Amino acid sequence: MTFSPELEQRFAEMAAKYPEGRQKACLIPMLMYAQDEVGYMTEELKEEIAKRLGISVLEVNEVVGYYTMMRKKRMGKTHLQICTNISCLLWDGDKLWERACQKLGIGHNEVTADGAISLEEVECIGACSWAPAIQTNYDFHHNVTPEQLDKLIDDLRKA
Amino acid sequence: MADVTFTVNGKSLQAPAGTLLIDACKRSGIEIPAFCYYEGLALQAACRMCLVEVEKAPKLLAGCTLPVAEGMVVHTESPAVVKARKTTLEFLLTNHPLDCPVCDKGGECELQDMVFRYGAGESRFTEIKHHVDEKQWSPVVYFDAPRCILCYRCVRICDEGLGVKALGVTNRGAYAEITPNKGDHLECDECGSCIDICPVGALTSGIYRYQTRPWEMEHVGTICTHCSNGCKTTLGVKNDQIIRGNNRDRSGINGEFLCVKGRYAFDFVGHAERLQSPLMRVDGKLVEVSWSKALAHVAQKFSEIKAAGGKFGVIGSEHTTNEENFYLQKFARQGLGTPHIDHRRSGDVPALLDAVSGKSGALATTADLYNAKAVLIIGSDLSQQHPFLAYQIRSDARHHQAKIFTVTEGPVREDKVAAKKVRAAAGEQLAAVMGLAEDLRAAGDLVVVFGDSIQGSAVGELVSFIDSLGVPAKYVCLVDYANSRGALDMGLAPHLGPGYHAAAQTGMSLSEMLADATLDALWVVGSNPLKSAKLASEKAFVVVQELFLTETAQRADVVLPAASAYEKSGTVTNVCGEAQRLRKAVSVMGAKADLDIFGLLARGMRLDLGQAAPDKVFEEIRTSVHGYNVPLPVIATGGAAMTAPVNGRLPAAAQPPAIQSARDSLFTSGSLGRYSKVLKTVLEAPGGLYKP
Repeated sequence: MTFSPELEQRFAEMAAKYPEGRQKACLIPMLMYAQDEVGYMTEELKEEIAKRLGISVLEVNEVVGYYTMMRKKRMGKTHLQICTNISCLLWDGDKLWERACQKLGIGHNEVTADGAISLEEVECIGACSWAPAIQTNYDFHHNVTPEQLDKLIDDLRKA
Repeated sequence: MADVTFTVNGKSLQAPAGTLLIDACKRSGIEIPAFCYYEGLALQAACRMCLVEVEKAPKLLAGCTLPVAEGMVVHTESPAVVKARKTTLEFLLTNHPLDCPVCDKGGECELQDMVFRYGAGESRFTEIKHHVDEKQWSPVVYFDAPRCILCYRCVRICDEGLGVKALGVTNRGAYAEITPNKGDHLECDECGSCIDICPVGALTSGIYRYQTRPWEMEHVGTICTHCSNGCKTTLGVKNDQIIRGNNRDRSGINGEFLCVKGRYAFDFVGHAERLQSPLMRVDGKLVEVSWSKALAHVAQKFSEIKAAGGKFGVIGSEHTTNEENFYLQKFARQGLGTPHIDHRRSGDVPALLDAVSGKSGALATTADLYNAKAVLIIGSDLSQQHPFLAYQIRSDARHHQAKIFTVTEGPVREDKVAAKKVRAAAGEQLAAVMGLAEDLRAAGDLVVVFGDSIQGSAVGELVSFIDSLGVPAKYVCLVDYANSRGALDMGLAPHLGPGYHAAAQTGMSLSEMLADATLDALWVVGSNPLKSAKLASEKAFVVVQELFLTETAQRADVVLPAASAYEKSGTVTNVCGEAQRLRKAVSVMGAKADLDIFGLLARGMRLDLGQAAPDKVFEEIRTSVHGYNVPLPVIATGGAAMTAPVNGRLPAAAQPPAIQSARDSLFTSGSLGRYSKVLKTVLEAPGGLYKP
């Protein structure tokens, strides 16, 4: 399995940063960057990364299984993550979550039929000062109101 | 390191600085309970069972990762500690089924013991327990996830102890689960160490599960009869059947280590094709006869051939006891008056003894492999052929940072911990070793382990090369089976008598006997030479003592069903020369121990060879065989006593003997392996997918 030239370049630079024999330490960043390109943790991807780092697929699975940000199935083009952890909850993050579920007709870790949007209820995303916060792919949206959420979803649908 | 003084439960204790509190307490008889902590494995600090109260510390500390310090004051059973443990147990039981009466581990479960001790049977959790169905990962390994307390012992023993890394943990929190390396099944050594080390009933053995309760068995500590490493295996016996093998009491040289053979491959004992009656050739066909008829026939024929001055060939075994081997060579040399005695040879031990003559302490014990600063492995895939020696070496590298050097034909597992690895064909390995001179000199305090690629004059060259390095060195000459070493020590060789003294008369070697068309009688004890060779003499009267109807037994005129090592007493000597005692675990109807058969034949032939009882013969060995004057209490209590074979030059063989290792893998074991269902049903069995 090969990746885009940019990603290959990135992997090469990353591997060089670690002392010889410690390349295993690249595992998490490699998986994350590869996920951005491939979409989710396919068997082929896990095998490839294991091969490149000289570890077993089981070792890759241990890491992939542990982190929720490593996706086990293909998600939507835009992955909408709504925080319902304590700070956001106090600012009605849970209401945002319910509203999004209703509007999209999908639940936790589910994808819309057209594959455009997927939804995930997440734990703290580190934006407590701007609660309630939501995240679309890698972009943050702060102090989100129900109206803003509706507009965001409408925009995503149009896009 | 210097000792520090600290106080535990009001008792003043001392231990070297840096000792972990849990270890220091254990040595002083104070128990700190723990699930995840395991002596010899990496620290985990996952289970929180070992929490103790340390004065001046703001909260309870984990005793398994806490090094003792000067003036430290510790309480291991204070009310706060007891409460914490009870809470930990309550947590561990949130998803753990409370069905001890039907759990296979009941009675020897560490969690059960702790809950019983701290009384945490009641829970505040009312939620429905998270259930996952039981899975079978291999013919020998079953996994029941809800019982797992995630102590990671299995993960660590497989990775660190065995070097296999077949187990991992996937997912997180309450959903975390031990996972095998191939998704839904295991591809590994199938050694079962993970099952033994499991403190609960999460990992269970396909061979043993639901057969019995641990307290219903009798536990017989004996020596594994497969390879030459001499591991102690404690057989669980019920109703005259072996139900399981393990070594949880850590008795013996191997501690708790066992490979798939020591733990499971005892099943050949009850194989349906086991011979249970003597067979005699009548009208060209082998028919069952009584013991008295068979023995009388053999004694009569032997007497006739002896009286006529006929030529006897005697082939001994690599599995029979020292007592049997000693008695057999005595029978051959004194009783039958033949010098033609040999056995299949797998390592050139005589050449090694000859090469190290004049040195003291030149032979390594299995413990030396764990303590050496450096180990040189020549020409053997140890993990496959000598799993316990490999385990010792791996542990040495892990615990003592020993430098390991491998000089082998192909890649071996020891490469992973090796300071240097060299690939060389069998004939070029000695030269390759010499290329490592600088590294070996720098490493110092060396143990050299060599296989059949170094034999004859090469052994002397190897020893003088190592001598030239000027570092202290010890040697292990690898041999194949449980008593291959003992067979040589007891003089089952054409030119060597017991204790490697020159035989009065040099006889024919095994291959010469088979090729001699004038041979009048061939007596084969526990060996299968006709598997790969033909018997030239058509007139030879062939007597075979065997467990199964092997190729050799099929050619016999009389087949006498023999007892296996698990069905008799005696001593065996392992690859390093450590003598250990066999204890009889079961009896198989119809079979007799080889020593009993010798005794009955001697009586039938009216020979005076002394009483054929294990203890009597062993006493004779102790007083007459060089190096076997071992302390009886050590042997009698199940310990290993290092023998010290002759220190001096050895008589040369008439011609270089054919020495070749059978190269058994983890899943083969000569003709015994052919009759072990376990060894044949694991996926990794030869021909399977496993690439170790």
